Amino acid sequence: MVELKINKELVKKVAENARLELTEKELTKFTPELKEVIIDSFNKLDKIETDEEPSFQPIQQTNKLREDKAEKSLTQEEALRNVKEELRENGYIRGPKVL
Amino acid sequence: MGKYKESLKYFVEESKKDFSFAEKNFEQIIKEIRETQKNGLNYIETFDEDYARAQFWELKNKKQGRLFGVPITIKDTACVKGLESKSGSKILSGYKPLFDATAVAKAREEGAIIIAKTTQDEFGFGTFATNTEKIPKNPFDNERSCGGSSGGSAGFTAFTKTYHASIGESTGGSIACPSSFCGVTSLTPTYGLVSRLGLIDYANSLDKFGPLARNIDDASLLLSIISGEDKNDSTNLGKEYVEEEVPIKKIGIAKDFLEKCDDNVKKVFLEKMDSLKQFFKIEEISLPLNVEYALPAYYIIATSEASTNLAKLSGLRYGAQGEPTGKHFDEYFSEIRSKNFTEEAKRRIILGTFARMSGYRDAYYLKALKVRTKLINEFKEAFKKVDLLVNPTMPVIAPRFDEISRLTPLQNYAMDLCTVPANLAGLPHLSSSIGFSSGMPIGLMAIAPHLQEKRLYSFGKVIENE
Repeated sequence: MVELKINKELVKKVAENARLELTEKELTKFTPELKEVIIDSFNKLDKIETDEEPSFQPIQQTNKLREDKAEKSLTQEEALRNVKEELRENGYIRGPKVL
Repeated sequence: MGKYKESLKYFVEESKKDFSFAEKNFEQIIKEIRETQKNGLNYIETFDEDYARAQFWELKNKKQGRLFGVPITIKDTACVKGLESKSGSKILSGYKPLFDATAVAKAREEGAIIIAKTTQDEFGFGTFATNTEKIPKNPFDNERSCGGSSGGSAGFTAFTKTYHASIGESTGGSIACPSSFCGVTSLTPTYGLVSRLGLIDYANSLDKFGPLARNIDDASLLLSIISGEDKNDSTNLGKEYVEEEVPIKKIGIAKDFLEKCDDNVKKVFLEKMDSLKQFFKIEEISLPLNVEYALPAYYIIATSEASTNLAKLSGLRYGAQGEPTGKHFDEYFSEIRSKNFTEEAKRRIILGTFARMSGYRDAYYLKALKVRTKLINEFKEAFKKVDLLVNPTMPVIAPRFDEISRLTPLQNYAMDLCTVPANLAGLPHLSSSIGFSSGMPIGLMAIAPHLQEKRLYSFGKVIENE
């Protein structure tokens, strides 16, 4: 098992990777809770030998492909229907800065 | 005959003969929904009376379909065209899908009325339906949980006196658990039997829709309708469930799970098994790997998948939206996500992100997937000896809310001990109510090999009649 030090810094870093900003209160609460789950539960898997293939699905599945042909999809108006009025601009969504 | 008169089949037949039969039921269910809303029982997440009435009057001249006039409630996690569908989460508030989940569309095509959306843990993250704003209360004791995450579906199914069924959804036991706590019948199908199109993801290799109803015939009828091919779902198996009674000879009691259950649960379960001896050969089966490793493997896989599936929720195209002007996208996405996810969603996203992070991925995520193969193989070996495996659905009776609030996350996850293994392996299972302890229902869970839902139906019939 990988060397592991579960502390506030790690939890904060992981949360940031997932685009979550934790309050100090959340950080204090989550850190021991997550530590318990990882150490007492997740790490149990260390005890079992595995030379099996991983099961990404629980049952055998075959890839289903369709013909590469354009099909009817949402209109621009439909695609925007769940966007709030203030964020709609000339048929587009006004978003945050990306650069 | 008495039983037949309680079934949806009877209701549909009568309603086709005389529409006022359906009308009476429809008015009654609307009254009940209002009553549950007024009394704060919180089974219903979204109800729009006009939306329901429009469907009802459209039916009048059709007189066809195997669910003609049957009101169906739908777990909030299923997309319903034109009705707010937010999977119990603030981050999807206001989202009105432009399409029906295939399972919902199939029920509609058979004449069902999509009457309301039911409450649940946010995205299905929970065992007690408490990780959300509207917490459903158990109809047998309002101080207790309905179970989760399909708590609203089970609670309302137990509460209503009308002809009705519900479409729930399970990732690690979210159909079976609330069925057990609320004393109703449910079928959780083989992974991929029912289309997942329009299912708001929790964990894509685990999620499945399934029916909750007041008896096995109704659950089986609804499953036969919502199962089947969907070319728009790449994980759909292209198979259909057709109701049929098949012979069941040998039943295996999953003894490792049974041992972990509370004594009151064990007692009711073993009494029931005793009464079934006249019909089946019963033996004990051991699943040592599943009892030890299914929970950690499940929670690693489920949270890993959840953390990727929930990455798309960023406050732009639907659901909760803020003001992005002047903000960098990292800042804007973090703001929306931090404000709108519950604590439990944050916990699971962090756990899943951790398990997939560079340096940890092989030790956790990939390892869990390999363990999953081992656990599936253990089930396959067991099914060489018996036709079905059985255990209590939940190790406890529905806990009180004050008891739940004292559980740590790990103690909470451990409650899924009996339901997680079958879900992790994608195996179909039944939960049927078999008795009571301290006035609270106890459920029996039967697990069948992949695509052997017929065995569950046949067994369910025996349990109900015995």
